[in-house]
Amino acid sequence: MDTFEIKRRKIELMKYLRKNLGLGQRSDEPSRVIEKCPSCRTVFSHKELEDNLMVCPSCGYHFKLGAYERIDLVSDEGSFHEIGEGVMSTDVLDFPEYRHTLKEAKQQSGLNEAYVFGTCRVNARSAVIGVLDSSFIMGSMGAAAGAKICLSIETARRKKLPLIIFSASGGARMQEGTVSLMQMARTSAAMKRFDKSGGLFISCLTNPTTGGVLASFASLGDIIIAEPGALIGFAGPRVIEQTIGEKLPEGFQRSEYLLEHGFLDMIVERSMMKDTISKLISLNERRG
Amino acid sequence: MKVPQLSAYEKLGLARRNDRPRTMDYIDQMFSDFVELKGDRCYGDDPAVVGGIALYRGLPVTVLGHRKGRNVEENVRFNFGMPHPEGYRKSQRLAKQAEKFGRPVICFIDTPGAYPGKGAEARGQGQAIADNIALFSDLGVPVVSIVIGEGGSGGALAFGLADTVLMMENAVYEILSPEGFASILWRDSSLASRACRLMKPTAQDLLELGIIDEIVKEPGEGAHTDPRAAIKNADRAISRHLSRLMKESREKLVENRFRKFKMMDGRRGK
Repeated sequence: MDTFEIKRRKIELMKYLRKNLGLGQRSDEPSRVIEKCPSCRTVFSHKELEDNLMVCPSCGYHFKLGAYERIDLVSDEGSFHEIGEGVMSTDVLDFPEYRHTLKEAKQQSGLNEAYVFGTCRVNARSAVIGVLDSSFIMGSMGAAAGAKICLSIETARRKKLPLIIFSASGGARMQEGTVSLMQMARTSAAMKRFDKSGGLFISCLTNPTTGGVLASFASLGDIIIAEPGALIGFAGPRVIEQTIGEKLPEGFQRSEYLLEHGFLDMIVERSMMKDTISKLISLNERRG
Repeated sequence: MKVPQLSAYEKLGLARRNDRPRTMDYIDQMFSDFVELKGDRCYGDDPAVVGGIALYRGLPVTVLGHRKGRNVEENVRFNFGMPHPEGYRKSQRLAKQAEKFGRPVICFIDTPGAYPGKGAEARGQGQAIADNIALFSDLGVPVVSIVIGEGGSGGALAFGLADTVLMMENAVYEILSPEGFASILWRDSSLASRACRLMKPTAQDLLELGIIDEIVKEPGEGAHTDPRAAIKNADRAISRHLSRLMKESREKLVENRFRKFKMMDGRRGK
């Protein structure tokens, strides 16, 4: 199929969707029928996107994935056993409306916290897998997420399993103030201990990984992988633009930029993620 | 005499005062034979972080701290105490050196945050801070940190992985500046005063939350009214904690530090 043909089909599809499914539907509504790619603006049926692992068939833009979708994508079918699903945030600072925000986040995401983890197998190799889900208060790390991340690290250390963490996070949980800041210390210290015990940590950065998550455990991987086009940075682009008073260039703080600057081992497309991870696990197995 | 309670925002104002004693004032008064060591051996030297070796009550120690200026010119030179990755890499270098020679480390925290700039991002601000935190979490020598002014974000925490974390009475230690906080949460940075109250960033708040170990008294209406007395109080507290920590074995130090930060979920206050 040449590019002209692809374009023609897209136009046809768009016409069809406009006519039959009501284009202009808000993209954040829960039961989406159609999806518009934020990068190339092409419109697809949700099914079509799903069949393509939520990657835009036209430009390769990686849509966000929920924690369980991500786990499904990387682990062998039926092999995932969740741990610590009951750990939930508390309102440590008595912060106005935080309880309400938490309740809403739980309803909308169907999760108890921003971090989900457990044991699984990746192409028959056992591992601990954890995922930060950006649909839960921007995947932010408060005390509960911090505790769960530490628990996943500890589980990997005790069971002597490799640890895979997919990050997608705006950074710290604002409503927990300095307690949230301390989660950087907590998770990094746990990761350091895991590192010294000889454990393998594969850190996978997805869109977006910023702030306190990037500046702690997510940057401590033996191997750091990113999905294409992910925003990865300590400070957010808006803050930087305000500080320096100029527009940031195209592609700044994207995966490709980080790879070029030496902060990633590789960029891996979603369709290749599972095989890449299982290969890395097998190559890092201790011999003798 | 009962001193009227200051609000969190008023404390922030005190913490940011230009005439408040800064890291260099503490170094000048508390230590002798300070030798500044520069550079990260990788890219450059970050003037926003000062580091070196000094004698502390006759004992060689490694000193690290954020460096702010007193006037516009100095502040520009020191980037208002906002480090680049080179600052955190210099800190790693000096911390490893301290460990090698068995020197305790004393850190002075006083920064609005790590610098949010183009070069800082290009050279791995997040990576540099993460590495610094991980290194200090396992450093085999005593570490005492003290928040002397504003301790903002991961840029401050990078120097906060200590066996003992002290805070000056009017200092603040926060997830980010209240202006930034208000702007993120309510899209309005003018609500900084409200944000500051809700963030609970004062020494008294953080002692209750179990995040810091001790508050160091400030004289009169704040450290700026009598810098010498303020630094003397800090000196006494640091010395007391350091002599206690010096008696611990390397293993015990690292284990206790690990446990201390492992417990930090805001529910285990004093």
